[in-house]
Amino acid sequence: MSTPSRWRALTHHHLFWPTAVLVLLLLVNVPFTPDFFSIKMTGGHLYGSLVSIVLFGSPLILVAVGMTLVIATGGIDLSVGAVVAITGALACSYISDQADQSALSGVLLAMGIGLLAAVVCGLWNGFLVARMGIQPIIATLIIMVAGRGVAQLITDGQIITINSEPYKLIGGGYWLTLPFSIFVVAVVVAITVALTRKTALGLLVESVGGNAEASRLVGIRSRRIKIMVYVFCALCAGIAGLMISSNTSAADGNNAGLWIELDAILAVVIGGTSLLGGRFSIGGTVVGALVIQTLTTTIYTIGVPTQTNLVFKAAVVIVVCLLQSPKFRAKVFGAKFGARFGPKSGSTPGAKDGGKPAAAPSETAATTEAAPQMEVS
Amino acid sequence: MTTTTQPPAATDSRTPSRAARLLGDRRLPVLVTALLFLVMYVAGLSRYVNYGFAEPQVFMNLFIDNSYLLVAAVGATFVILSGGIDLSVGSLIGFTTMLTAWLVERQGLPLVVVVPIALGVGAFGGFLMGYVIHNFEIQPFIVTLAGLFLFRGLCLVISKESISIGDSTVSSLAQTQVSLGAGFLSVGAVIALVVLAGAFYVLHYTRFGRRVYAIGGNEQSAMLMGLPQGGTKIAVYTVSGFCSALAGLLFTLYIQSGDPLHATGMELDAIAAVVIGGTLLTGGSGYVVGTLFGVLVLGLIKSIIQFEGTLSSWWTKIATGVLLCAFILIQRAMTARKKT
Repeated sequence: MSTPSRWRALTHHHLFWPTAVLVLLLLVNVPFTPDFFSIKMTGGHLYGSLVSIVLFGSPLILVAVGMTLVIATGGIDLSVGAVVAITGALACSYISDQADQSALSGVLLAMGIGLLAAVVCGLWNGFLVARMGIQPIIATLIIMVAGRGVAQLITDGQIITINSEPYKLIGGGYWLTLPFSIFVVAVVVAITVALTRKTALGLLVESVGGNAEASRLVGIRSRRIKIMVYVFCALCAGIAGLMISSNTSAADGNNAGLWIELDAILAVVIGGTSLLGGRFSIGGTVVGALVIQTLTTTIYTIGVPTQTNLVFKAAVVIVVCLLQSPKFRAKVFGAKFGARFGPKSGSTPGAKDGGKPAAAPSETAATTEAAPQMEVS
Repeated sequence: MTTTTQPPAATDSRTPSRAARLLGDRRLPVLVTALLFLVMYVAGLSRYVNYGFAEPQVFMNLFIDNSYLLVAAVGATFVILSGGIDLSVGSLIGFTTMLTAWLVERQGLPLVVVVPIALGVGAFGGFLMGYVIHNFEIQPFIVTLAGLFLFRGLCLVISKESISIGDSTVSSLAQTQVSLGAGFLSVGAVIALVVLAGAFYVLHYTRFGRRVYAIGGNEQSAMLMGLPQGGTKIAVYTVSGFCSALAGLLFTLYIQSGDPLHATGMELDAIAAVVIGGTLLTGGSGYVVGTLFGVLVLGLIKSIIQFEGTLSSWWTKIATGVLLCAFILIQRAMTARKKT
């Protein structure tokens, strides 16, 4: 009696499926590279596949964490890739104009300028979405299209290369034997989790995502919350932009952060956050971003030709999304499965879902976190 | 426009003021876009008249150089009218160029056989996406995103390098000119215009077209009315897939090669053209004729930047973004008026 229920509780935890996929992907590597999990100490730095997965995945984690909050309010931010490019371009072009590229004050100022630009982009998105009431997908499309042009304008269509030691630290440096960017990511994730789960902010964000109008009526300033999440998302994208340009010591207005918005949205979805808004899981997003990065690494290690990378990615996206679709599971695993796990609280009857097996990770997340409005119908 | 000083209650009454009626007119965005196109064209005329801007062929070239975008945007119009979105357009175009080039050059198949295959593959891809979207209730955004990855990946699976097409049928087709008195059109442009006319007919004069509008306007109501919602949705994505494949064929004709990186990001151009053409991204309102003007405006920006000479190509993106923004705000103003 107790074992199945514990198993059920485990499989119903919102992090179960994303983590299972991650572990599975990691294990796939072992037959191909037996020392996949080993971490070596070389020259004071830790090296190993796991470290590099986190290192290369860190910009994506940052962008995806910002995206999670935006999606939790029922929005979406397509402009993050362009913001990544703009931030990198501004910071690098400022540094390259300095006489002493390694001067700390110059680097800090450059980073400040870059992040300020990111915040301005976020404010603009937030203004369009919250004040003008424009659909988020369109409002952010503007910067997605124009932003890359602006980034190219800043770099004059060239790839600006710089040679700055302090700037190199953010994306390519080491600190306490680990890549510095891991610490940046850890700090951002920790602050986000603390702000959203230790204060009422997370609840407010979910409430706005559940029903913005109802939230406003109960006295939540939903517009302000919305603007805030877009600014936060752009800021995360800005930090990721600094990281990417610092890692390569170059700013490429055309290719920096290309398609990162799609990867980030994917990471959020894999992590179990519903695109409908109203609930979110930062932990799930981090796992989701790691899944995507591990997938890329795995494709390299198991020797699949790199050109099939995208096909694999598409396959994983489809499988993960299908697994998360209650309707798909009801159809494939049969009515028995649906009946056993029967409709739980929070499922709207009738119209939308048939026999909804409540094992959807996102849904469990909602029930445990008691978001005020769980279904946007 | 001049009578906006009326009290707000007037818009609520049975006979709305002329200004409100004008703003609420669904045809207004299309007219605005058409007007914008005219203004831009006249501005271009006055500025570059000494450089041959006035020649009719410059105008014809707008159709020739953007034929593939027009076809892709027509497909996107269907999807957006139904309230969905299709991100796989660019990838599918790229994939079609690769597939066509590969089949013609490497497999030696005649073009007559290749064209139906390419169109079939595109339509089937769209059908699959529509099927998943409808039957498993996954958001169109995510499903077509997977399609974007899949088709771009399949391009690379076919070949990492671009394949140029030396087939004589293709090159003779590409060089065929359809004379129109003052200028000429390419075969691609003619096909694009035919597709546009077909889409216009389907959307405004058939049952299927009305269903597309109904579902885009309010899916719940459409369902309660008993409209075959699933079939329509799947059909819409199939149409989009077909149009993308056709756009891919036109692109192949235009550029005479297949390249895994062809048409990257063209889904954005297509969506931008549809929005600038006055179609609401929420679905249910818009005209495919507007899409034509949207594509023409985007094309005109490109040719003006070419005529200017000193402007770099990235100004195209910035100008597109600014226009997009302006039109979204106009649409917003319109829908806000309608509600009050």
